[in-house]
Amino acid sequence: MNFFGTLSIDSFVQTSAVAMGAQVFVIVAATGGVLWLIFSGTLDWLWREWLTSLDHKRIGVMYLILAGIMGVRGLADATLLRTQQATAALPSSGYLSAEHFAEIFSAHGVIMIFFVAMPLIFGLINLVIPLQIRSRDVAFPFLNSLSLWLTVAGALLVNASLVVGQFSAAGWLPYPPLSELAFSPGVGVDYYIWALQIAGVASLISAINFLTTIITMRTHGMRLMHMPMFTWTTLGSMLLVLFAFPLLTVVLALLFFDRALGMHFFTSTLGGNPMMFVNLIWAWGHPEVYILVLPLFGVFSEVVPTFSHKKLFGYTSMVVATMAITALSFLVWVHHFFTMGAGANVNAVFGIATMAIAIPTGVKIFNWLFTMFRGRIVFKTPMLWFMGFVSTFVIGGMTGVLLSIPGADYQLHNSVFLVAHFHNMIIGGVVFGFFAGFTYWFPKFAGFTLDERLGKWAFWLWVTGFLVAFMPLYALGLMGMTRRLYVVDPSWQPLLIVAAVGLAIILAAVAVQIAQLVVSVRNRERLHAGHNPWGSHAPEWAPLPPVDRTHNTGVAMCIGALAFLGGFGMVWHMWWLAILALAVSAVLFILPPFKHV
Amino acid sequence: MPVLFPHGVVASQESALIVQATLLMLIVALPVFFLLFYFAWRYRASGRGRHMPNWSHSRFDELIWWAVPIEIILVLGALTWTSTHMLDPHKPLSPAGDAMVVQVVALPWKWLFLYPQYGIATLNFVEIPTQTPVEFQITADAPMNSFWVPALGGQIYAMPGMINPLRLSADSPGDYHGVSANYSGAGFADMHFNLRAASRDDFDTWVASVRKGKGVLSAPVYSALRVPGVAATVAYARVQRGLFDRIVGQFLDAGSPMRH
Repeated sequence: MNFFGTLSIDSFVQTSAVAMGAQVFVIVAATGGVLWLIFSGTLDWLWREWLTSLDHKRIGVMYLILAGIMGVRGLADATLLRTQQATAALPSSGYLSAEHFAEIFSAHGVIMIFFVAMPLIFGLINLVIPLQIRSRDVAFPFLNSLSLWLTVAGALLVNASLVVGQFSAAGWLPYPPLSELAFSPGVGVDYYIWALQIAGVASLISAINFLTTIITMRTHGMRLMHMPMFTWTTLGSMLLVLFAFPLLTVVLALLFFDRALGMHFFTSTLGGNPMMFVNLIWAWGHPEVYILVLPLFGVFSEVVPTFSHKKLFGYTSMVVATMAITALSFLVWVHHFFTMGAGANVNAVFGIATMAIAIPTGVKIFNWLFTMFRGRIVFKTPMLWFMGFVSTFVIGGMTGVLLSIPGADYQLHNSVFLVAHFHNMIIGGVVFGFFAGFTYWFPKFAGFTLDERLGKWAFWLWVTGFLVAFMPLYALGLMGMTRRLYVVDPSWQPLLIVAAVGLAIILAAVAVQIAQLVVSVRNRERLHAGHNPWGSHAPEWAPLPPVDRTHNTGVAMCIGALAFLGGFGMVWHMWWLAILALAVSAVLFILPPFKHV
Repeated sequence: MPVLFPHGVVASQESALIVQATLLMLIVALPVFFLLFYFAWRYRASGRGRHMPNWSHSRFDELIWWAVPIEIILVLGALTWTSTHMLDPHKPLSPAGDAMVVQVVALPWKWLFLYPQYGIATLNFVEIPTQTPVEFQITADAPMNSFWVPALGGQIYAMPGMINPLRLSADSPGDYHGVSANYSGAGFADMHFNLRAASRDDFDTWVASVRKGKGVLSAPVYSALRVPGVAATVAYARVQRGLFDRIVGQFLDAGSPMRH
């Protein structure tokens, strides 16, 4: 058996200029970052104050930094995709090869969902939940740190594929048989599997942690029906993680058994069944979108009352609606593949179950609107994000209900109409919701507010950019344009150019947001905020006694590093490395409590 | 916009469904937009709207916005139930069973069409008579694809070892664009075909002209088609007996590649 498994010098050879550029960039950025840390003398401080910290606030901030870095990668991928499609109207074939284009759209989806959206919500949850239920920290601070570092390990594994080997070219959900060894012989799908296995376990650990925290560590007298809405929606979201993520773990493991051990769970031959994969992955995948959006619904339930200077309307309704969404989201997964050819009864039942989710979601929107009714609304940026959210989310909700009607879905599925719909929900719901929450809670942690003028600029650019980038895709879908095309029909080009302009506007919005952070830090004296700058009545704004924390541990980060190595070993069939990494992690995980024996 | 301005009975019903459902949803969506911007303007801090900071509950109001969406979803649900059964791709378009059969094989990265009633086959293009129900029996000898002709009606997945039927019909003669809608590898973008709908007479003339040709879809010719790559359009005057059944059946036995 080869010491390096399937890894060889050839694995480092990238075939196109763009791929080589990415490879060189990652190597330079990584070595540059490490050298800077060592020679600037910040490493010691970073290690003591941040990397080994078990403080939920610092872990939250590190999640957000991870999401920010990976967001830049995801946006770079989006830029490549949009410019390719805008320029590759036949007979021109653009500047990306078909294979490379497929790797990029696969990586874009994986990164944006697993390494941007998930860290964003876990960042917010980490920062706010303990304060909102007024507990000292989470139930299991060490596991919290472990979740963070396992997520980082997964993210690193995705980026490692830029340097050595390649990433999956089978889409963000790698349907077999395309993702089987027969059609995807490279290491791309294996990178996908192990990056998500590691990050998936991290999410599961986090869910157990926050469920325990919310259920057992609420302050004296805070009964369930006293919990703030953000805590309720987080509870719903974490319940979904708890029940959905094990499915992901299993389905990825089975796919790996197929690929590495020659098994036949999902192959077309020897009794394997690719449709089983599609069912299992969506039984996780549909709850996943509610995992992402529920906490942001909670954010709006905090933001709207605060800036309307009024109590939240219909708290009980909101709780019922949240839990209804939580339960229903497990009963709709077949709507992702009506076109697989299940019978009319099955398709109709799942279609109607899907529409039913529109009911509690609609109730939430009306409750927010009637929180504004007879209020005194101040349009600070968080409130603007709410306005942007409702305006765009209603469009996405309508196209979503269309897609949930099987007869309509046959004509809309797999077209860029679908692509427009889910970006509509993720950007309008998750991304705008995060910006609302981030701006809202920022002064709680930083002691100063974010610059309002630049924030408003970012808001208008984001909303405009979103509309310009994605409304054309709805039209293109109705024109019959399917998703994932690296070359396109010339008649689609004008609208694709419009979409590319939309992306440019979004990039400008992100640039303004980065400038907003820099300017706000620089003007922090002027932007200084007291304990409660918005005049909110929510519990997290009340001053907390200072937490004296001296307990730090680097074990979680070490296990994260080992998980990266182990995952790398699995990808390249260096079994000894994988087993060694797992064994050392196990020892590191078990040992600490014995220190005091 | 072939989806909204189609040329086939199935696609027409599907586009009507899209329009109906959209109008129904506007009953909720328009008030939301109106209330959002009206409340935002009326109750802005500098405005003169009444301020009732503690008004946070009204059983009657909440009943309204639980009830209205529920009713709309009930109507949409009924529409979904009936339309899903009406537009079930597996359901014959006419009860008499007089549909023309076209067997479709998604290959890496080409579409093969077999006409069992005529004994001919075509690659990367398909011709059908107008005003005639056509039953496409779809399978794959490749990763999963999706067979979609937007102007005629919705898609269905092409999967190895399975026959997924899709019933469509064309109203008027014309050339309609067909594609694979499900990503199936590097050649996916080239995996499109032209569907020509012709009058019955023109169709019969075309069949006769294909039959006069030389190409034969034999086992070796088919094997060559299984090699990943893109191909031009081809018409085959004859097809080896039982080919389609063997293409579908190969996955059910020992799992070895197809033997001829």
